[in-house]
Amino acid sequence: MSVLVFAESQSGQFKKAAFEAVTYGHKTAQVLGMDCIALCLGDAGNAGELGQYGASKVLSVSDASLNSFDSQAYTKVIAQAAEKTGAKVVVLMHSSTGKGLVGRLAARLNAGSAPGVNQLPTNNGAFRVKKNVFSGKAIAEVELKSDIKVISVMGNSFQPEKVGSDAAVEGLAVDVPASKITVKSVNKVQGSVPLPEAEVVVSAGRGMKGPENWGIIEELAELIGAATACSRPVADTHWRPHHEHVGQTGVAIRPNLYFAIGISGAIQHLAGVNSSKVIVVINKDPEAPFFKAADYGVCADLFDVVPRLIEAFKKHKANA
Amino acid sequence: MKLLVCVSKTPDTTAKISFNADNSEFNGAGVQFIMNPYDEWYALVRAMELKEANGGTVTLINVGPAENDTVIRKGLAIGADDAVRINCDPKSSLYVAKQIAEFAKEGSYDIIFCGKETIDYNGSEVSGMVAELLDMPFISYATDLQISGTDATVVRDIEGGKETVSLSTPFVVSAAKGMAEQRIPNMRGIMQARRKPIDVKEPVAFDDLSTVVAYEMPPAKAACKMVAPENMEELVRLLHEEAKII
Repeated sequence: MSVLVFAESQSGQFKKAAFEAVTYGHKTAQVLGMDCIALCLGDAGNAGELGQYGASKVLSVSDASLNSFDSQAYTKVIAQAAEKTGAKVVVLMHSSTGKGLVGRLAARLNAGSAPGVNQLPTNNGAFRVKKNVFSGKAIAEVELKSDIKVISVMGNSFQPEKVGSDAAVEGLAVDVPASKITVKSVNKVQGSVPLPEAEVVVSAGRGMKGPENWGIIEELAELIGAATACSRPVADTHWRPHHEHVGQTGVAIRPNLYFAIGISGAIQHLAGVNSSKVIVVINKDPEAPFFKAADYGVCADLFDVVPRLIEAFKKHKANA
Repeated sequence: MKLLVCVSKTPDTTAKISFNADNSEFNGAGVQFIMNPYDEWYALVRAMELKEANGGTVTLINVGPAENDTVIRKGLAIGADDAVRINCDPKSSLYVAKQIAEFAKEGSYDIIFCGKETIDYNGSEVSGMVAELLDMPFISYATDLQISGTDATVVRDIEGGKETVSLSTPFVVSAAKGMAEQRIPNMRGIMQARRKPIDVKEPVAFDDLSTVVAYEMPPAKAACKMVAPENMEELVRLLHEEAKII
């Protein structure tokens, strides 16, 4: 019996979220008294390093057709791997790929499932996990009652922990169905940190008065290695591109540090950012609702404060 | 072209979230319910646009009790031709997906639309489940969908960017922001919606494999620490020494 972790890779590289998922799978396996086995599909690069995060072995299906994501083919392959390894829990990452897989795989395995879990399971006679619901405004404890369970792990909820050394990588023989989807082109946002993966985010709103004033936001973000984001009205008026819109109907993020600059903090915006670990709010309106959700607040004109903050960070970096 | 749009009912985005005394159920008292925005603004509107361009029909499906008819009527007012409601109190994603798949399997739908997730459970599971139960291709988090005969070109979100894929109907798609623009129903649509049929069907039996056993509120935030605007060195110091993240 095992806990099977599907560790996604891109062009043979693992992102931090893959190590988080293996760490989660390793700890879940300890709770259940099972082995943690990692699974890689397509070009998996140096997959043995997943052993450092607790995988006792790594299974690889290196068929080149799996280099692009098709939920139908992936589901059939992962389901076969789950059967061959006697998996009782299948752990996915709650990434774009994982979100496209979690329901599909649960249906195929006739499994109880929990998408986007953010705590380790408890197993006192019943297998229970927790996930955010109502866009982060509440938490649900979910009991999975099937023999095999499928969960996806919310990014940035667990720190990867190195517990061992590289594991052996074994090829796994499974039927790889022909994909019914053809990838025509891939368009990655170049240069900057992708917003959902950013650990620090600098976000600005209507308080900026116009797109021509964004220089200080970009300067601050670049200085501290942050991604830039914005509120919905800013995206809707095309001051900033839509992919920067964070909130309930945009991108939901959970960075370690979120700067909200000139954003009042409407409930729909908060829903997309309230899982951030630390929130700093800069707003000249002392009644801005965002201050209630903030850890640190500065109540003043952002056009005075942000340049000062940039200078303070420069000084800090020079002394570090 | 036969299009099926799966719609769910959720609390309004501004609703105050609370639970009953033993925290086992959402407290809907005084809460305004709406059609899940991803279902309405993106999935349903794109389906309407495809119908307007190519002809065909748009059918709504909802899995839920009779009170959901108000949400279904709004979808009919936006322009859907007819609707079916599977009459039950849904408890889990797989239960809902089984009902939708059971209805859709005989319907020869070209495209089955869902929103990318509901704003209450935030699961993003039902669409993929329906696809698997019907053994159809599935494109999640789609931001653009073009169709020419049976050939479709879809843009979907991937890690750090977008990917353009092609495939043939039939398939299931979950719609994200960018797919379409919200439409406000006009008076004619609202009047016509009153006469459009909502077919009520009984559910197929399925024992839930997952159950929410309890809800809780997130831990309360400590009061916001205010920093003097003149002293941004102090803010950097707090982020470095107290929060330990810079």
